[in-house]
Amino acid sequence: MALTGVLRPGHVQMRVLDLEESVKFYGDVLGLVETGRDAQNRVYFKTWDERDHNSFIIRQADKAGLDFYAFKVDSKASLDKFEADLRAYGVSTERIPAGEMLETGERVRFEIPSGHLIELYAEKKDVGNGLPYVNPEAWTALAEKGIAPIRMDHILLYGPDIEKSQKIFEDVLGFYLVEHVVLEDDTTDLAIWLSCATKAHDLAFVRHPEPGKVHHVAFQLESWERVLRAADIMTMNKVTIDMGPTRHGITRGTTIYAFDPSGNRFETYCGGYSSYPDWQPIKWTVDEVGRGIFYHDRKLNDAFLSVVT
Amino acid sequence: MDKHRITIEDTCESYLQSGLQTVLAGMAALGRKHIPVGCHGGGCGVCKIQVTAGTYEKRVMSRAHISAEDEASDRVLACRIWPTSDLRLKVLGKMGKSLCCETAASGTANPSSKKL
Repeated sequence: MALTGVLRPGHVQMRVLDLEESVKFYGDVLGLVETGRDAQNRVYFKTWDERDHNSFIIRQADKAGLDFYAFKVDSKASLDKFEADLRAYGVSTERIPAGEMLETGERVRFEIPSGHLIELYAEKKDVGNGLPYVNPEAWTALAEKGIAPIRMDHILLYGPDIEKSQKIFEDVLGFYLVEHVVLEDDTTDLAIWLSCATKAHDLAFVRHPEPGKVHHVAFQLESWERVLRAADIMTMNKVTIDMGPTRHGITRGTTIYAFDPSGNRFETYCGGYSSYPDWQPIKWTVDEVGRGIFYHDRKLNDAFLSVVT
Repeated sequence: MDKHRITIEDTCESYLQSGLQTVLAGMAALGRKHIPVGCHGGGCGVCKIQVTAGTYEKRVMSRAHISAEDEASDRVLACRIWPTSDLRLKVLGKMGKSLCCETAASGTANPSSKKL
């Protein structure tokens, strides 16, 4: 098997201000599938095509924002090894027992220098995508309900010391740099896009003075047509659109940024190229960052560097 | 439905809107910009205002930006209030930052241990 270690983004837990309003939004408008609720009153979702029990979890709180972001690793042995490697690197870790999250095995949680909680886990129950593992059809009725993304795809985190967070992901967890935006000093990165496999990004950071902030959680769609359909559904449901439909220069993905009912930004994203760890990273200079982020407008909007939860 | 007149005291601008829209959406729909526009969901805090006169209905706002004391003193987020009378307000929120601040911001944080 060529893909080892950290496999992919696995789950993200977000705070919302009104749980039932958000359940309606994520279920009916975004079109995620609710898969359970737990004793902590958390609500679990997956996209229609994801096979593991959950990828997106919300809980009600008095502040919006991110609780934690998690990656699935290929085995319990890898989980143990990454935990030992993180500790040897000087990163404190905490074990969270199996079952603390529904249908999810033991998790290793650690805080990175940008102020975010990251988790690794090896086991989550395969509940399937509604299609059989032998001779399946191409999609189910749920693939047409709401925006109906294919997967929870990546996250963009805002915080300080992003180069220190980058080192942990590169040196310990096997991620590599795909693209970056360099400030005028030609040394300091404003933003970095990291991959653990062959996507253009699984995780990205923008340098920001406040720790622990989130810019967006992204959901993958199948085509540009589906991105335009998502924009129609947002307008029909009075969802606030921040930007798009447009394209990113960085990653080349087609995109819409929009806000959930608590002001957490999400992205409906399509495309982006495949990347490989032997490739040279692509560098953007800060004077071209507008084209890098919003390829058609060629300038940042006011909200890009200022509006986070 | 009756329209309400919203007056921004900082600029003496005013506009009419219905009570079906939030104060922020009413402003943005007219292409005006004086109150910073963010997430429209009560989460990001950039549209913080002080209501100086008038009445409104409100919905939950992030405590990261509006304390209970703020709320009791009519310091609220424009995206989470619906006017029920003419309103006067002052703008408190602002868009936080620009690219030139970025280099200076690096290497300063020492995040404390987080608990959920």
